[in-house]
Amino acid sequence: MVAYRYDKSFEGLLTAVFEAYVSKKFPDVLLGENEVAPLFCDEIVDILTDEARSSRVWKGLELRISHSALYTLPDCWLSELPEVDMLIFRYIRKAFDAKESIELNFGDPDVLELSKIWRHVQKERERVLQFVRFQKTADGIYFSCLEPAYNVLPITLSHFIDRFHDQRWIIYDAKRDYGFYYDLKEVTEIHLDDKQWNSNGIIAESVADTDELLFQQLWKGYFDSMTIKERVNPKLHRRNLPVRFWKYLPEKRRR
Amino acid sequence: MNDNVLDKLKTLAESAKYDVSCSSSGVGRGHKSGMVGSTSGWGICHSYTEDGRCISLLKIMLTNYCMYDCAYCINRRSNDIRRATFSVSELVELTMEFYRRNYIEGLFLSSGVVRSPDYTMERLVRVVKDLRQIHRYNGYIHLKSIPGASRELVDEAGLYADRMSVNIEIPNEGSLKQLAPEKDFQSVFLPMNYIRQGSLQSKEERKHSRYAPRYVPAGQSTQMIVGATPERDKDILSLSAQLYRDPSMKRVYYSGYVPVNTNDARLPAVVKPPLLRENRLYQADWLLRFYQFSVEEIVDDAYPDLDLEIDPKLSWALRHPEKFPVDVNTADYELLLRVPGLGVKSANLIVASRRFGTLSSWQLKKMGVVMKKAQYFLTCRELPMRTINELSPDRVRRILTKGDKTPMNTQYTLQFSDD
Repeated sequence: MVAYRYDKSFEGLLTAVFEAYVSKKFPDVLLGENEVAPLFCDEIVDILTDEARSSRVWKGLELRISHSALYTLPDCWLSELPEVDMLIFRYIRKAFDAKESIELNFGDPDVLELSKIWRHVQKERERVLQFVRFQKTADGIYFSCLEPAYNVLPITLSHFIDRFHDQRWIIYDAKRDYGFYYDLKEVTEIHLDDKQWNSNGIIAESVADTDELLFQQLWKGYFDSMTIKERVNPKLHRRNLPVRFWKYLPEKRRR
Repeated sequence: MNDNVLDKLKTLAESAKYDVSCSSSGVGRGHKSGMVGSTSGWGICHSYTEDGRCISLLKIMLTNYCMYDCAYCINRRSNDIRRATFSVSELVELTMEFYRRNYIEGLFLSSGVVRSPDYTMERLVRVVKDLRQIHRYNGYIHLKSIPGASRELVDEAGLYADRMSVNIEIPNEGSLKQLAPEKDFQSVFLPMNYIRQGSLQSKEERKHSRYAPRYVPAGQSTQMIVGATPERDKDILSLSAQLYRDPSMKRVYYSGYVPVNTNDARLPAVVKPPLLRENRLYQADWLLRFYQFSVEEIVDDAYPDLDLEIDPKLSWALRHPEKFPVDVNTADYELLLRVPGLGVKSANLIVASRRFGTLSSWQLKKMGVVMKKAQYFLTCRELPMRTINELSPDRVRRILTKGDKTPMNTQYTLQFSDD
């Protein structure tokens, strides 16, 4: 059994593919830098992430699968699922070895599994677009905080830049403790040490805009009066609006 | 902005909520410089009410004063409810602030009729014009056209709105006149025609110049109330099919009648809204729009109502056992769509994957094809087992509605007793 040890980055994974084809020794297990190797491991190969090699693999893939199929791979990577690196590895290998593009062969378990993961990641991305709630701060920055199940913030940015391009905003991932700040020109990745919000993502009253609370109340009032009592369906409600988002939504928060 | 606005907002949202349409779909538009907002092609639902409906747009009325007395409407003249009116600036500010906080995808504006249809329509147009021109708002706007409004106003509104709608409400003119004495079909269909003509004209102009203004780019929609009048499903669906022939008509909504007004002899005394019937109508509507069914196949004189127990596609399949079983590895896409349980997604997956090899039922299950209903109508790589022809339509129906308790399924079960 052969194991590869790499730095758990997407470029590292692509480099691993390159090394495997050079040495003709394909890994059975992919390990992170501090992970313990499994029993009965004959050989552990250390992979050094290399920009030139990973981009060669990427260019090779561009010739073998379509643009849209290719870009599902980094999206799937964002799912951070424990087995997803091996899955992508096998997918790339199949793509290189097959005579024609494998991307539509959903009879193949790896292709099917990756397409499912991609759907889940896209669904989570959509949920972020749906459930981000900005709070206006006193200095005019719109702040929002939530915990997506997958690391999807990077693929939501284009939407928010397009829609709110004339206001400064921050979207913060509380689970992974990082976020993005848009300053009317470009987006930068940020990490905030001084957290001026509570566990429900509500910013402190001292930094909030004077009208902020009023608009949250207005929104909650609107939300409550939209329900048609005769048709209440809590199960459907929870399916559409998963409970894990509730604490960040002003309309579902209890006061 | 103060507590007064909160009261108005609650009152006017209460009045607007019985309109079921809330989609923000049909037009994709990126940001324009100097403007706020964008629209995404499929629309985004930002929240969901406790009855499970999506909240995508700020669905609100400009006023709920109304001079009409329609029996099915909560805002009718003779009802004793709280009345309120938004000023244009209040409504515009509310929309902008909600939009900037990502609460909503846009505005859905409607209004009770005050003084005259034209007077009301003019005020609606002023709100959307303000939003677009003064506040440089580029998000979604759905505007209700007031029945009986004049052509000039509808045409002007169409330049600012993304989608417009006129509600038919009652699918039969006789019944409509009985319940809403001030309305008739002409007052509904005329604005509908204006919108259609405007949108066709703008499409034609845009072929010649890309600077020609867009007119209601997301098309129009309408709504019918189900269960308030004696119309059969056949009448409702035929009218829908007729409406869908108009290229600008994107959606027909069905709203199960909620007894908002209790003391009216013209209306049936219903305790619960007909939710199941509404659901079946939507399923039939989908068959019309995405599954290439015609109305006559779904409902006809022999079956004027949809089967409440099973969905319309299954019901059609049970009436036509001669079309089955369908071979997933060879059948056309159109035929795959006719299999109960197979949707557009599954059919596309099957068509894409079978080029690489024949598919087995195991692979279908893995792909996420729901086999509960489909298994009786399909053959795959394996030998056909128990399709509709081996059983019988009646038997399949019984299995799918009650769960199979027939000996064929239980004969392999061993009975162990505890003693």
